[in-house]
Amino acid sequence: MSVIAASPSVLRPRFRISRFFLHGFLISMVLVWLFPLFWAVYSSLRPISDTIQNGYLSWPSGGLSFVNYQNFWTQADLPYYYLNTLVIAVPAVVLTLLLASMVAFACTQFSWRFNLTTLMVFTAGNLLPPQVIIVPLFRIYLNTPLPMLGSIDIGRFSFPLLTDNTLLYDQYLGVMLIHVVFQTGFATFVLSNYMKTISKEITESAIVDGAHVLRIWWNIVLPLCRPALAAMATLLFTFIYNDFFWALLLMKTGDRRPITSALNNLQGEFFVNNNMIAAGAMLVAIPPILVYIFLQKQFIAGLTLGSTKG
Amino acid sequence: MARTTSVTPAREDSPEAGELVATRQGRFHVLTRYDQRVLMLMVGIPLLLDVVFIWWPTLSSILLSFTNYNGVGEVTASNFIGLKNYQFLFSGYTLFWPAFLHNVIWLAWLALIATPLGILFAVLLDREMRGVGFYQSVFFLPVVLSLVIVGFIWELQFSPTEGFINNALGLVKSGNIIDWLGNPRINLYSVLIAVTWRHVGYIMVIYLAGLKSVDPTLREAAKVDGANEIQTFFRIVFPVMAPINVVVVVITAIEALRAFDIAFIINQGKNGLELLSILITNNSISEASLVGFGSAIAVILLLISLGPIVIFLSRVMRTSS
Repeated sequence: MSVIAASPSVLRPRFRISRFFLHGFLISMVLVWLFPLFWAVYSSLRPISDTIQNGYLSWPSGGLSFVNYQNFWTQADLPYYYLNTLVIAVPAVVLTLLLASMVAFACTQFSWRFNLTTLMVFTAGNLLPPQVIIVPLFRIYLNTPLPMLGSIDIGRFSFPLLTDNTLLYDQYLGVMLIHVVFQTGFATFVLSNYMKTISKEITESAIVDGAHVLRIWWNIVLPLCRPALAAMATLLFTFIYNDFFWALLLMKTGDRRPITSALNNLQGEFFVNNNMIAAGAMLVAIPPILVYIFLQKQFIAGLTLGSTKG
Repeated sequence: MARTTSVTPAREDSPEAGELVATRQGRFHVLTRYDQRVLMLMVGIPLLLDVVFIWWPTLSSILLSFTNYNGVGEVTASNFIGLKNYQFLFSGYTLFWPAFLHNVIWLAWLALIATPLGILFAVLLDREMRGVGFYQSVFFLPVVLSLVIVGFIWELQFSPTEGFINNALGLVKSGNIIDWLGNPRINLYSVLIAVTWRHVGYIMVIYLAGLKSVDPTLREAAKVDGANEIQTFFRIVFPVMAPINVVVVVITAIEALRAFDIAFIINQGKNGLELLSILITNNSISEASLVGFGSAIAVILLLISLGPIVIFLSRVMRTSS
């Protein structure tokens, strides 16, 4: 912007030297950061016979192949576990955004006595370590009776609409629900920070014009929040995809577990060598890496919205 | 209207939502009763879920921690045993203090090594320079991965005979294998290296967003006054960044207290990788089903967590009022 500050500093020789060291440092750090991933990809692409023959620290003699991926993909019924993740994550993200945007809307667009307290209840709930609540939560999941409403069967996998054992425990619904509850706290915090920047006058004038609050929320405020909602959807999907703990705790049927949690079970059965481990880890890492490649901006926006505003 | 009253239990269970008053701004008198009820439901239903599935279990954990409940039947008065769970926890249970210490080391490592490194990366990348986007993307990459995958990726580095490190150091050939993840003296630090790989990018991204919002004229003024970059950061930028600093401290603390996945993946949190979160899970969910005792550990974890949570909330309060 200002000509005085920008131009002379570029010409100063001391500056050039420090920049040289800066790049040197950053490039060495980049190599350190990329190496574990490179090594995982490399291992995953090597047939185990080749590794055994030449040792782990060697160039491939027989070329690289996707054979480890193929084996793991087909032997471990992997597509089903991805489907498990989708069955949990998609409704969870949609519901979380609906609930959180309702709370954020009511607490930021209207002044009432306890709106700050409400926001704090949600925020604090999200910050608790999950293990603090698991003991009673486990009881709730074992003792809440639910009606059975049939299921959709795909191969040996069955997706109950609600539950197939009259409980929340060991059900897609149960895992989805706890994600919704936990993430609503986080999403409420972020969305309310975002909605605070929307002028209250928009809501006020809509009310004067006779619009109902539901309409204002859905037709006026939510469209204005589209960037924040897109960012949160990306972030929440990745969080839920990456969840290990809840599905491990709240499901006992291994076949029902979403992909990230299932990996732990599959470990004993299929990971007979390091190259297989690498292929398995890479297969599970692919969706988050796609998010990283195509939705990095949204992901970062989701992470930083909560911390920089408000 | 009659239809709406049938769905109001959500509101009655959540007294906060019942107090929808908009009197301070005169204009809000125009809210109809219907609109007011809708708003109460919009807050009440999510609040009810939050209370039932998070806050009620939190309170129950505290109550259960004073009992010897084993998960069978109802909790009765005869189950209450006072502070015995805590006495046993502090003096008899050999895993508690190691787990506590591991959480403390975890926190210290993140706070003194990983978080400062993330801040350093952010400061170094907060400038007009070739390749900034590339550097940032690389450091950020591990953040999208779960700690489970991070664990698997680093097992390929650390594993005793098949891992890269021991092979690269020639330890496999010479037979002096270091068991990075198995030796209880060092495995916590091996895991922390893997955790750092992910944590640094997370902190970097958050700090970088904060740095971008610092008024550039502050820096220019410092430059004109002859301050070098290090002085400018510590004397000008760092104090202005106070709100972000709080967020970073809170994130660091919460991450350390929540640690579970990676230790569980490596060896189920045994043999040097015990953590409070893992002790809670093992005691209360496994066959042993020591619900009361597990709850006592949960209460300890809760008490520690209240520190960062209160710090964070007081900051939210300050900026909102």
